[in-house]
Amino acid sequence: MGLRSYVITRIILTIPTLLLLLTAVFLVMRVLPGDPAALHFEKKGDPADVERLRQILGMDKPLWQQYINYIGGLVDIGYLRQHGYPNLGKSMYQTSEEVGGQVFSAFPATLELAIYATIIASVLGIMLGVASSKSYGKTPDHLIRNFGTITYAIPVFFLGLIFQLIFGVYLGWLPTGQRISNVAPPTTITGLYTIDSILQGNIIAFVESVRALLLPSLTLGIVLSGVFLRLTRANMLETLRLEFVTAARARGLQESTVTYGYALRNAFLPVLTMMGLQFAMLLGGAVLTETTFSWPGLGKYMVDRINFRDYTAIQGAVVMFGLFVTLVSLTVDVLCAYLDPRIRL
Amino acid sequence: MRKKTTKTPGSFSAPKTSGSTKTPRSFLARIIPGLTSLTRRGPSGWMVTLGIAIVLGLVVMTAVSPFVVPHDPILYHGPLRSPPSLEFPMGTTDLGQDMLSRVMMGGLIMLQVAALSVFICFLIGVPLGLFSSYVGGNFDKTVSLVIDAVYAFPGLVLAIAIAAVLGSGVINMAISIAVVYIPSYYRIVRSQVLSIKELTYVEAARSIGAKWHTVLYRYIFPNVVPSIVTVLTVNFADAVLTAAGLTFIGLGVSVDVPDWGYDLTNGRKLLTSGAWWVITFPGIMIILLALGFTFIGEGLSELLNPKLER
Repeated sequence: MGLRSYVITRIILTIPTLLLLLTAVFLVMRVLPGDPAALHFEKKGDPADVERLRQILGMDKPLWQQYINYIGGLVDIGYLRQHGYPNLGKSMYQTSEEVGGQVFSAFPATLELAIYATIIASVLGIMLGVASSKSYGKTPDHLIRNFGTITYAIPVFFLGLIFQLIFGVYLGWLPTGQRISNVAPPTTITGLYTIDSILQGNIIAFVESVRALLLPSLTLGIVLSGVFLRLTRANMLETLRLEFVTAARARGLQESTVTYGYALRNAFLPVLTMMGLQFAMLLGGAVLTETTFSWPGLGKYMVDRINFRDYTAIQGAVVMFGLFVTLVSLTVDVLCAYLDPRIRL
Repeated sequence: MRKKTTKTPGSFSAPKTSGSTKTPRSFLARIIPGLTSLTRRGPSGWMVTLGIAIVLGLVVMTAVSPFVVPHDPILYHGPLRSPPSLEFPMGTTDLGQDMLSRVMMGGLIMLQVAALSVFICFLIGVPLGLFSSYVGGNFDKTVSLVIDAVYAFPGLVLAIAIAAVLGSGVINMAISIAVVYIPSYYRIVRSQVLSIKELTYVEAARSIGAKWHTVLYRYIFPNVVPSIVTVLTVNFADAVLTAAGLTFIGLGVSVDVPDWGYDLTNGRKLLTSGAWWVITFPGIMIILLALGFTFIGEGLSELLNPKLER
């Protein structure tokens, strides 16, 4: 099977997963609570108010019709063209607000955080993993392994709070919240402040947005690096024993060339697969990191809306998270197939 | 794949069991019989022992704390936001509550939620995995598809959504966490049963006319137990962290119960005033609890899968 047909098959296989996911979200958010509209008013609201909310949100219709509207809204291309975001219904908190628009404007903040956290987690994890495998059984190996175990047990928000306390409150080096401080945010092109500011040649905005990003992405990156560390270490230990590594050494190649050019290249693929799987975990951590750092992303939006019992907004955010994860895992799978022809077979 | 993260091959050198019968029995092992055999098994055994010690210590602390705390963790009001001193070894909150008392009692909700959610996961995930993989066919395919979809979803996001719908309370928190982790149990049980059910002794059992449930529970289940135990302990750590996360974002039980997660939320508001003690001590307790379970899980997975050691 060629790469193209693999990609097509993989995309087609995504559709039932996606549909299943959307259905699950619908069941959890609409059916499980019984009547979300009544729940929004904490079951104390004026029946007329509840009824009005129900009508605005289309919850007075039978459940199957709501389900069709919900799925239909997501695939409504005309709506998407007109507004620039999919139809995720109206917010319960402010019925004039479209959830889709809010979710889409909060998304770039989460994306930016996720990208930098992934970079930090994978670079830190892979470097430590390689170092650990090279010193197998010795003190550095034990230290690095313990670091990995501890990162697994640290609540991400606790690490974030400690960082805020040290670097924000005591030392005053870095801002403890928001995506940018002191200067106006760059004009939106991609929505990622670091990239937008570079595209516009706005150095000050770039520096400020990096400063704001540093603590949240470090927090999330460090907590997730443990997983990459373990996996890299395990794969490196296996690969370093293989004959082609011995052969490379026997040919007199430098140890660093053998490690990075030969062994790591082969140990990398499982790590890449892991990256895709870990992405879901990363987003979970992102919700907590965003809450800790008042980072105006999708996670904070969702948490804020919980306080208003805005179930349609929560549902929209969950759907968006789901779409994001599905897209990333699709990308990683395609990337793996591109890098390793065996997968396509 | 999550299973794989718990099994790090070659993490420790192979246990040197020869002559270890002469090893002096540790203090812990003398209190708890059965631990001697653990500590005799080298570093992994010690890891499990240490983990059990940490977890037991925290459970005992939580259990006896109502009788020994110096102050009422909720109602007592001393000096506001006092840093650690002789009178208040861990300082006080913005309401003047004694942090030491709060830290000692703060594990109750988290332990209950974690234990309950692990129990629910076990109760649903294991039988479902056993049955589904043994039966196979379309039933297995459908269940696996659903489970994989849940597994691929960001766990915490799902737990938050469910908890937001269900409302607060120990049971509701436990349910929302359990939904997220049932797939871990299902997947590990399923993958094990798929290989075990092809073994000759299972065929033999079937050929002498054993009923399907007898084969499943008497013949296959015992061989799956080691993997389940490993998942269970690691899952405990996950459940503790998820429970802490849910509490942190405000989906916890209530402000009338001291809770480590709640203290962290509260401490976040006091951060700018530099009140480090309100977050540091409860945070360390959460780490300790999660670390304890992680140690048990990691150590056990190495002990139970000796073939992974080198």
